[in-house]
Amino acid sequence: MSFFKKLKDKFTGSDNESPEVSDKYKEGLSKTRNSFSSKINDLVARYRKVDEDFFEDLEEILISADVGVATVMDLIDELKMEVKRQNIKDTKEVKEVISEKLVEIYYGEDDESVEELNMKDGELSVVLFVGVNGVGKTTTIGKLAHKLKEEGKKVVLAAGDTFRAGAIEQLEVWGERVGVEVIKHNAGSDPAAVIYDGVQAAKSRNADVLLCDTAGRLQNKVNLMNELSKVKRVIEREIPGAPHEVLLVLDATTGQNAMSQAKTFSASTDVTGIVLTKLDGTAKGGIVLAIRNELQIPVKFVGLGEKVNDLQSFDAQAFVYGLFADMLEEEQE
Amino acid sequence: MAFEGLADRLQNTIKKITGKGKVSEQDVKEMTREVRLALLEADVNFKVVKDFIKRVKERAIGQEVMESLTPGQQVIKVVKEELTNLMGGEQSKIAVADRPPTVIMMVGLQGAGKTTTTGKLANLLRKKYNRNPLLVAADVYRPAAINQLQTLGKQLSMPVFSLGTDANPVDIANQAIEQAKADHNDYVIIDTAGRLHVDEALMGELKQIKADVKPNEVFLVVDAMTGQDAVNVAESFNEQLDITGVVLTKLDGDTRGGAALSIKAVTDKPIKFAGMGEKLDELEAFHPERMASRILGMGDVLSLIEKAQENVDEKRAKELEEKMRTASFTFDDFLEQMGQVRNMGPIEDLIGMLPGANKMKGLKNVQLDEKQISHVEAIIQSMTKKERQDPSLMNASRKKRIAKGSGRSVTEVNRLLKQFDEMKKMMKQMSNMQGGKKGKKGKGFNFPFM
Repeated sequence: MSFFKKLKDKFTGSDNESPEVSDKYKEGLSKTRNSFSSKINDLVARYRKVDEDFFEDLEEILISADVGVATVMDLIDELKMEVKRQNIKDTKEVKEVISEKLVEIYYGEDDESVEELNMKDGELSVVLFVGVNGVGKTTTIGKLAHKLKEEGKKVVLAAGDTFRAGAIEQLEVWGERVGVEVIKHNAGSDPAAVIYDGVQAAKSRNADVLLCDTAGRLQNKVNLMNELSKVKRVIEREIPGAPHEVLLVLDATTGQNAMSQAKTFSASTDVTGIVLTKLDGTAKGGIVLAIRNELQIPVKFVGLGEKVNDLQSFDAQAFVYGLFADMLEEEQE
Repeated sequence: MAFEGLADRLQNTIKKITGKGKVSEQDVKEMTREVRLALLEADVNFKVVKDFIKRVKERAIGQEVMESLTPGQQVIKVVKEELTNLMGGEQSKIAVADRPPTVIMMVGLQGAGKTTTTGKLANLLRKKYNRNPLLVAADVYRPAAINQLQTLGKQLSMPVFSLGTDANPVDIANQAIEQAKADHNDYVIIDTAGRLHVDEALMGELKQIKADVKPNEVFLVVDAMTGQDAVNVAESFNEQLDITGVVLTKLDGDTRGGAALSIKAVTDKPIKFAGMGEKLDELEAFHPERMASRILGMGDVLSLIEKAQENVDEKRAKELEEKMRTASFTFDDFLEQMGQVRNMGPIEDLIGMLPGANKMKGLKNVQLDEKQISHVEAIIQSMTKKERQDPSLMNASRKKRIAKGSGRSVTEVNRLLKQFDEMKKMMKQMSNMQGGKKGKKGKGFNFPFM
């Protein structure tokens, strides 16, 4: 399969740009990968014939990866058609088609390039973080601040979570750890005011990037979603073209509700990208498939661990490689 | 694809079946497939779903569904019963140690809501049981986690035990117990750091704490939005720590919360509490029955079905349906039906349960004014027996009399008569379309009191 060859070359061949990145993915996703691809291998080994039972089991494997019923059904339909078209009877061959189709959903029609953050050179870029409670917004901001600072950027953080107990202090600890300034008000104050001050401070200090934290909120709380829209409007008013990114932070262990989160947060804040956190557990992260497929919102970062440098730019190829590494290696033999 | 509640999904399947005298095994299979999809969309783990469907199928293929007048509702009923069985009864008791303090350990993944739940639980213990808890900040890893618990302690005016971030969580837990004994706190709630269930080092730390403080309760805190992975998390925490109960958080969101079912199925430990909001008094006892309905996406319809079965005599319902079919439905029948319906609760939820009415679109989401129903009742009650049997008797003077008797206007009487007439026509059409033909689209079916 030429596609796999290309992937393989990219990560193990001579033109390998970032071996540590793919290692990181492999490491972080090892649990995911093991269970996921071993299941597909199991499946292929168990069935000789590509029949209804086969597809039913495949359906289950995909569903257990939180891909989402609708996406899985579409995929299975496409697979069935493809199998018919190519007249595939052997389950070994169908494995290739499965991988191909999965990869297709990850990539969509378009490019295979890394989704970069939209940053203005020489001007202040503002990134707004949104999401439900406990997904890891503040931690992600800490990690991203570290990453940007390493790249030589001047970073300012705005402590817009004025609601949760200890949230401001949590961001302050990250500020100290990373060595960047944190703009804050007292707990319980208006988040829009904090963000306003953050923008002013970042401007006057000639910062390159302002990272805005917000309180976690469940997407069905209309008032809280309105508050978030207001925060965004404040940024828009102060800097034309800002916020340059609105990043929705999603917990990889979340099930189908992630789709509802993506939809609702997009409606109120025009989400431009997703950060998928806690992918170092056993959660499969299949939700990425569904969200890319249904909403066309790209995943920009992936949280692969608890350390400060465990935030990686999302690279669809690396991600897919992580998921299918076992299968690829097997085919090589 | 928007999520449809199970009732809607089954309704679609049932449409295909209506007209057939009996429900076949294939029909049941199709219905259980809908149930399966609904459960999967609700994030119930696929293995749990599989076992569950097997049981439902066995019962459904048996007599209770196939010979029923309303197979769709019967399937729902079977599903609900099985689901409620699986979820178990309500268990929100908290253990009490023979010799105080009673120790509760909070464990779970990162971001599940352990610290907030610790605060809420302490609040509940004091408010409901008049207890005096000590909160223990044993999360030394996440920045400001201790600070978070201290802030909650301040809000609740409760003591928080902390040794800072440099101390070992095991030491913190041990010393906290001593402190509680000295200060006469009858409960100790230990807030531990979030960790992955596959993190051996950190899980080892929890085991050590557990071995040392011998907690009376180990609560696993789980985010209600968790997907298929809930099974792995719950299984792993339970195996390593033998949890005593589960707290489901963020249940005030719009998730269906299938994780609850998965967790119960793999651990067989009770879900004791549910986090229903961000405020400190928003921790409630967990209601397995409500959760079952929520997972299926059907609100309280299920309990209404049960109510309907209590209130509506099956034989009488059959007669009524027969009358609808032959369009010999009278005002008396109508009055009786309304009476039965009103005994059951909020009217808009019940429309769908009138025999035949649930097959029509446009009856859903209808807001009904209870007052108007009373008016309709009054009008009908002001008719003579003969008039109720045969509305064609109506003339201007009869209408005037009825209006006077019921305290309504002649216009209203006219409207009711007209609508009743239309309803009968609709019923005729409906009985004609049974057998698969589609009825006229777009034309709503109006009850006289709408």
